[in-house]
Amino acid sequence: MSLALLITVGGLTSVGLYLITARALSRVILGFTLLGHAAVVALVTSGGPAGQAPIVGATDGDMANPLPQALALTAIVISFGLTLFLLALAGRQQELSGDDLVEDDLEDRRIARANRREVDGHEVDRHEVGVS
Amino acid sequence: MSTLIAATILTPLVSAVLGLAARTRTRARDAATLVGLGTAAAASLMLLVRVSTEGTHVVRVGGWHPELGIVLVADLFAALVLPVALTIIFVVELFAIGQRRTAWGANPELAGPLLGVMTAGVSLAMLTGDLFTLFVAFELILVSSYVLLTHQGRRAQIRAGMSYVAMNLLASTLFLFGLAFIYAATGTVNLALLTERIPELSEGVRLGIGAWFFVVFGTKAAVFPLFSWLPDAYPTAPTTITAVFAGLLTKIGIYAMIRFHTLTGMDRLGSVMLIVAGVTMVVGALGALAQSDVKRILSFHIISQIGYMLMGLGLFSAAGTAGAILFLVHHMPVKTVLFLVGGLIENDQGTGSLDRSGGMAARRPLIAALFAIPALSLAGLPPFSGFVAKFAVISAGIEAASIPIVVAALAAGALTLLSMAKIWIGVFWGSSPDASDGRETAPGNRRTMLAATGLAVAGTLTISLFAGTLFDLSLRASDDLRAPDSYRSAVLS
Repeated sequence: MSLALLITVGGLTSVGLYLITARALSRVILGFTLLGHAAVVALVTSGGPAGQAPIVGATDGDMANPLPQALALTAIVISFGLTLFLLALAGRQQELSGDDLVEDDLEDRRIARANRREVDGHEVDRHEVGVS
Repeated sequence: MSTLIAATILTPLVSAVLGLAARTRTRARDAATLVGLGTAAAASLMLLVRVSTEGTHVVRVGGWHPELGIVLVADLFAALVLPVALTIIFVVELFAIGQRRTAWGANPELAGPLLGVMTAGVSLAMLTGDLFTLFVAFELILVSSYVLLTHQGRRAQIRAGMSYVAMNLLASTLFLFGLAFIYAATGTVNLALLTERIPELSEGVRLGIGAWFFVVFGTKAAVFPLFSWLPDAYPTAPTTITAVFAGLLTKIGIYAMIRFHTLTGMDRLGSVMLIVAGVTMVVGALGALAQSDVKRILSFHIISQIGYMLMGLGLFSAAGTAGAILFLVHHMPVKTVLFLVGGLIENDQGTGSLDRSGGMAARRPLIAALFAIPALSLAGLPPFSGFVAKFAVISAGIEAASIPIVVAALAAGALTLLSMAKIWIGVFWGSSPDASDGRETAPGNRRTMLAATGLAVAGTLTISLFAGTLFDLSLRASDDLRAPDSYRSAVLS
């Protein structure tokens, strides 16, 4: 197993994980792209040592293991489609709110609101936090 | 039997294509979808009958050897769960047709065909005999669920959809890494071959793989602490979509976990699973109590109930696994029905908020009855199916002398009942709120919706009626999973 490939996997994974913790969707999407690449390289690495192209009758000597390559190809196609979907989501988010930042989730906002209510001492309409 | 297996996967896909081609021609589209989903459900029922009498059936796609190609394996576990799942999707599509003209309904041009794609993914996920095809099936299900969740493009949906997509995408990437680990360690992703090769690995590698896939499937199944995306995402989707998600998606994660961890004999992870199961049950039930919206309460119940299935699996005994399988079979229809009733409430009241509704028991006694049956069943009261399923899981826990988890299970059951009472008091009792604040109560085709819900409630009652037979089948399925020799010889010979 080649050390260079392992380092690549590690590097891509760490950069990808760092990016998906960001608040901006464009960074999150880049992060997922890098993570996907890392997984694909890991899949290819798992097939064992490199060799010649696995074509029956056209290669002599050691062939590369074709099965992980087939798996990796499938994974690439899927992550390609999902990246596009994420981009569409981010586009819609920008349309709705003018930026591409991830919003707080409902429970977070509820807790923050309850806190504020205790501090300010005034009652907030409970209905406005419900899901409509 | 190969035709039946192919039918469960291919007919919904074909109907999805036809449905998309028909576009705005409503009747043609509905006919294509219903015929496709109905055929798949009927085929899966016939598959159950055949498999339970004739044993496991294997299809080698394209004639490749299992080490290289895709195999589809209809064993008793798959054959038992599949008809339940496919029938649910069929009923929900009926409900969606009734609901389409309301503000709460999904866009009918997309909902039917995408449910078809999802059905194909569900069938593939349950029947597949190798982990990579399981990954592809997961993606098929998830991609259609992403679109179903966000296709209306409302603000709440985009917000919740984003965390839903991100969480599942991360789990899928971890799944891919896990496949790379497994392939590097064993040289195969075929489940039958893995039952042979994983036990030969060193203890550390084996447990590492087991724990990795516990996280992967656990994220899909929304176990503690990986559940936070669920109650945020599910309630924002149109009712019909939420009902399918609630009935199926997390359950596919549990299904994969039961299959993988039992076949590869990961008994050593049992104690971790039990701890996670206990916390999941209690946290889910407590979360439900804190909510004031019908769909959000029900969403937290999903999490709580996943704990029971995980508990059955974590016991790693024949009775425990059988209990988990029976719970799966009971839970899928009951949860779906509850969300469908939630949809009926929203349709009628114009809201799912407990504070703003009331008095429905007097005005709509039928809806109240349709709610009461699955609600009591979910809380685990006799004589409904939930009682049988919970009894199976808990008695397996007592048998294994795991007292803490039994106590947690009973406490979570009581809390579930309490939050169901909260819905009942908020929605069905009390006085009707004045409907003058201009909310939308577009009725849709109420008769179709009520018929679909009634059909589903009848289905859950049937499950409690045939509980004995189903438990015997679950026991046989769990014996097959726990002694993988028969699975292996069926696939490899």
